Amino acid sequence: MVAIPALAVEDLSVEFRTRSGVVKVLDHVGFTVEKGETVALVGESGSGKSVTAFAVMGILDAAGKVTSGRAMFGGSDLLAQSERDLAELRGRELSMIFQNPRTALNPIRRVGQQIADVLVRHGGATRPDAPREAIKMLKKVRIPDPERRAEAYPFELSGGMCQRIMIAIALACRPALLIADEPTTGLDVTTQAVIMDLIGELGRDSGMATIFITHDLGLAAEYCDRIVVMHAGHIVESAPSRALFANARHPYSAKLLAATPGETASLASLVSIPGGLPDLRRADLPACRYSGRCERLTDACAQPLPHKTVGERHDVACWNPL
Amino acid sequence: MNALLDIAGLAKRFDIGGKRLLHAVDHVSFTIGKGETVGLVGESGCGKSTLVRLINRLLDPSDGSIALTGADLAKIRASGFAGNPNRKRIQMVFQDAGDSLNPRFTAAQAIADPLRRLAGLSGAKLTARVEALADMTGLPRDLLTRFPHQLSGGQKARVGIARAIAVEPELLILDEPTAALDVSVQVVILQLLQTLKRELGMSYLFVSHDLNVVRLLCDRVLVMYLGKIVESGPAAEVFADPKHPYTKALISAIPQAEPEKRLGRLRLSGEPRSPIDPDPRVCRFYGRCPKGEPRCSSDMPVLREAGPAREVACHFA
Repeated sequence: MVAIPALAVEDLSVEFRTRSGVVKVLDHVGFTVEKGETVALVGESGSGKSVTAFAVMGILDAAGKVTSGRAMFGGSDLLAQSERDLAELRGRELSMIFQNPRTALNPIRRVGQQIADVLVRHGGATRPDAPREAIKMLKKVRIPDPERRAEAYPFELSGGMCQRIMIAIALACRPALLIADEPTTGLDVTTQAVIMDLIGELGRDSGMATIFITHDLGLAAEYCDRIVVMHAGHIVESAPSRALFANARHPYSAKLLAATPGETASLASLVSIPGGLPDLRRADLPACRYSGRCERLTDACAQPLPHKTVGERHDVACWNPL
Repeated sequence: MNALLDIAGLAKRFDIGGKRLLHAVDHVSFTIGKGETVGLVGESGCGKSTLVRLINRLLDPSDGSIALTGADLAKIRASGFAGNPNRKRIQMVFQDAGDSLNPRFTAAQAIADPLRRLAGLSGAKLTARVEALADMTGLPRDLLTRFPHQLSGGQKARVGIARAIAVEPELLILDEPTAALDVSVQVVILQLLQTLKRELGMSYLFVSHDLNVVRLLCDRVLVMYLGKIVESGPAAEVFADPKHPYTKALISAIPQAEPEKRLGRLRLSGEPRSPIDPDPRVCRFYGRCPKGEPRCSSDMPVLREAGPAREVACHFA
């Protein structure tokens, strides 16, 4: 049975025009997210994780331009929507949780009102009912004493609590797709665990598809069904989480895993990844953007990137995989 | 092991008006041996940063002593510490090298600054020392003329470390030195820190909430909760067999790739108690603790021995 995915990103390319030239930030990126599935986008800073999410949400910086591709969502292409239609979708069908909840929330509006605003704008709630609905949402994200907290301003709440408010806002209208961009960076590990459990649980209950952006492979492994590894604007490998950990095929994925501190590794056994990302302004970027750092480079690597399927939902873009 | 740093009964209370006191650090005692790496873990707001600022003498303590082989630093006022000969014995590497470097200083100037102020170097000697430090920390010499915004995250971290070790401190305090870095860069920086410690014989106080990193780098670990140390011991043992319920929750929160290992994990609910005028009879973890019995609200558990080199503050551990 082939289900229609909640989101199918196909052939997406994004360029940024800067004073020092055109930066080819995303190059023919494609992946899918099924209903109820959680997919992680992982990679180093500059790999294009956030730009992918921003392009899908239609909130790219003015300097950014989508030069090819589609993002199919519920039968229509998000990239072809007018700003007006997108504004309708965002908040209702599409939702996003940002990295720093304190800066993403309105600092001079009570958090209960902020949730109510979304319910009125997108959820069909009426003004008089909205505050009650907002308190229900606060209960759902397990904020203790929700009636009192609804009256609080963001500065009066802890970072973990603010992130719960963000989640309450994002999930208020039961979106079909949630994008969480490093939602727990800056939070304590104990709070991180609780927040991630919460996102997972609410996602499962409502059949919501989730894209989870992180650079923490350990976190991705625990909370995501599949992991998509990005490097310099390419997707180099995508696989079910367990398969990636057990059997990474792209040299970059393997290096990333070897650099991640885990349970048994000693400091000496961790290996760094040599080199850095290539300059994406170059006109003569190699077909494989990892080739400059790769130890498995062969003559074949100069050809356009292959897309090999090496297992159940396991794809790798490499001529000489592990 | 000879103690380099011996902290006893250290406390910091902030007056927040209305005769109310915020107990940020509440009678904390511990030692750091020569050449030892001690990890300090705990959630935000538990008093880690205040404790660090007391030790490196940016804040004056309310109570207690800070002995650094002979000298009691607690007696020196924070405002006068910059001119004190003990200043250069303790240095610090800050969390985000991007924010902690002066944007108008080149890498060379940033590294030279403490040498000029605290070691009195100048001229050719200063230049030679700056270059030697760049070599030691793996910063290419041709980057020395660059400003922070022209350097990558890893390079900035190297400048931050070079500047901190420039005056050959005995104690280096590291506040989440790799939190802002990618894993691939983090590895290099952690390995650099390990090598430098061996070569220069420094002691480290390593503040972090990345427990996987603490486990890799630290000999001993201190777990802090709401101003108090609730558990301490050799890092490997604490991770393998945590005794305090809070430590258990911390270790349970480390993400697990393998589902089998996720069973029986402890999740904390609720928020920490208020640090303002806390009831001295109530365990700080009471209310959030899965154990929590009546005794915990009438008899505050104190840190006691729990096996060789291990201490825990819980009635039930």
